Amino acid sequence: MDWANAVIQGTLLGGLYALFAAGLSLIFGVMRLVNIAHGDLIVLAAYLGLTVSTALGLHPLAALALVVPAMFAIGYALQRVILNRTMGGDILPPLLVTFGLSIILQNGLLTVYSADPQKLQAGGLETASISAGGLTVGVLPLIVFVTAVAIIGGLQWMFYRTALGRAFRATSDRQDVAQLMGLNRAHVFGLAMGLSLAVTAVAGIFLGVRTSFDPAVGGSRLIFGFEAVIIGGLGNLWGTLAGGIILGVSQAIGGQIHPGLQLLAGHIVFLVILAVRPRGLFPKMED
Amino acid sequence: MPEPILQIENLDAHYGDFQALYGLSAHLDQGEVVAMIGANGAGKTTLMRSVAGLLRNRPEAIRWKGQAIGRLRADQVAALGIALVPEGRLLFPSLSVEENLIIGGQIGRRGPWSLDSVYRLFPVLKERRHQQSTSLSGGQQQMVAIGRALMANPELILMDEISLGLAPVIIRQIYDALPGIVGEGMAALIVEQDIAKALSVTRRVYCLQEGRVALQGASASLSREEISRAYFGM
Repeated sequence: MDWANAVIQGTLLGGLYALFAAGLSLIFGVMRLVNIAHGDLIVLAAYLGLTVSTALGLHPLAALALVVPAMFAIGYALQRVILNRTMGGDILPPLLVTFGLSIILQNGLLTVYSADPQKLQAGGLETASISAGGLTVGVLPLIVFVTAVAIIGGLQWMFYRTALGRAFRATSDRQDVAQLMGLNRAHVFGLAMGLSLAVTAVAGIFLGVRTSFDPAVGGSRLIFGFEAVIIGGLGNLWGTLAGGIILGVSQAIGGQIHPGLQLLAGHIVFLVILAVRPRGLFPKMED
Repeated sequence: MPEPILQIENLDAHYGDFQALYGLSAHLDQGEVVAMIGANGAGKTTLMRSVAGLLRNRPEAIRWKGQAIGRLRADQVAALGIALVPEGRLLFPSLSVEENLIIGGQIGRRGPWSLDSVYRLFPVLKERRHQQSTSLSGGQQQMVAIGRALMANPELILMDEISLGLAPVIIRQIYDALPGIVGEGMAALIVEQDIAKALSVTRRVYCLQEGRVALQGASASLSREEISRAYFGM
């Protein structure tokens, strides 16, 4: 029963990891940009949630209504003002700029919010649970998981069924020909980054409700996100969800074997998959 | 005489340190079909990319209905009604045939061209509309590329080497469709290796040589000798 429980808890945790990863996967898919600051942007979203919920007395989940559009705007502006200037044939300049951004964000958060751990207070939701057949599942992890599935399903639908998704795929295929179709690459990239950070906003608030956070925790969220993306296969959103779940279950099973093995087990499974299937479990068909 | 819709004046174009066009001047009248011929490396594709906005130039070097457009981005040029069928077709591999056409039309210009009219022009595309664009034959891909440009309802269509690498029967099929395309009052600038083909479908011709106009005139009036002299510089 303990093992079944570990698998279920790990699966639900995997939903959170998939949320960390979905934004990374999206921008890599559209513009081959690797965003080193992604983890710190998740933490930024958690702090924005903290400010909004304490200043307005809102429930953290209600704060999403403000934090999601705010992060979208930050993403769009970040891409248009800074990151678009680094885009080109070479992937190194955006990598270095987002690395710098990561440091700026961490130190900025440290200055504004101090190093004290914070948490978003979600009241009774944090401890609510459902029991069935001897297994107990927290309501909050369940909400996180269902949200992750819904967001990834929504992104997938957007990508393959809407004009915006068509623009993303066309720009990803051939930037200059997309420009000939009247798509301004700078704007399309801005929208992609805005969408990525809107998802990040959800991830950040769920992170803050589940665990305490401080300005330095972004790095490990970035690693979990990267691992989920790479396990699942680059550019495949459902693969990213699967990658998040595999990572979460590995950690939970590792923790079941020995509490100290939790994180290590996740990294080992990641490395094994990387060694056996370097392009991930579900790489995109065409490339 | 009405003012030309496209006026290229003293255009210099560069790829990095390499200069591809030297003070090139040319023009197109409303609804006119003009050929641009010349050997490889003469600057034909560079000229097309310059007009379409993929290469940025001095603003006044290219005028569209009097407006200086040399410095506009490609998406801004497209919105004005200039569409390019690029050399090598360059379809979007992640998009189906129909999505490739739809994205060509999303610029939202009104006119006679729609999915229906493109499918009437190239019926084979309707059968293949849900296929991956890269699964089509070369000729069918070229039809998608032309259809994609038409979907924008341009006033000027630039066609860069649309017969390159295609079987003669397919080339004939595509050129047979041309009158139906330009009959709607659309102007066309056609880059073509097959000189006889180029002369037969156009009213005027420019022959480029090493980035300069070496010869120009009415397509019907130029002799073979004049053209080969301009073509090869002999």
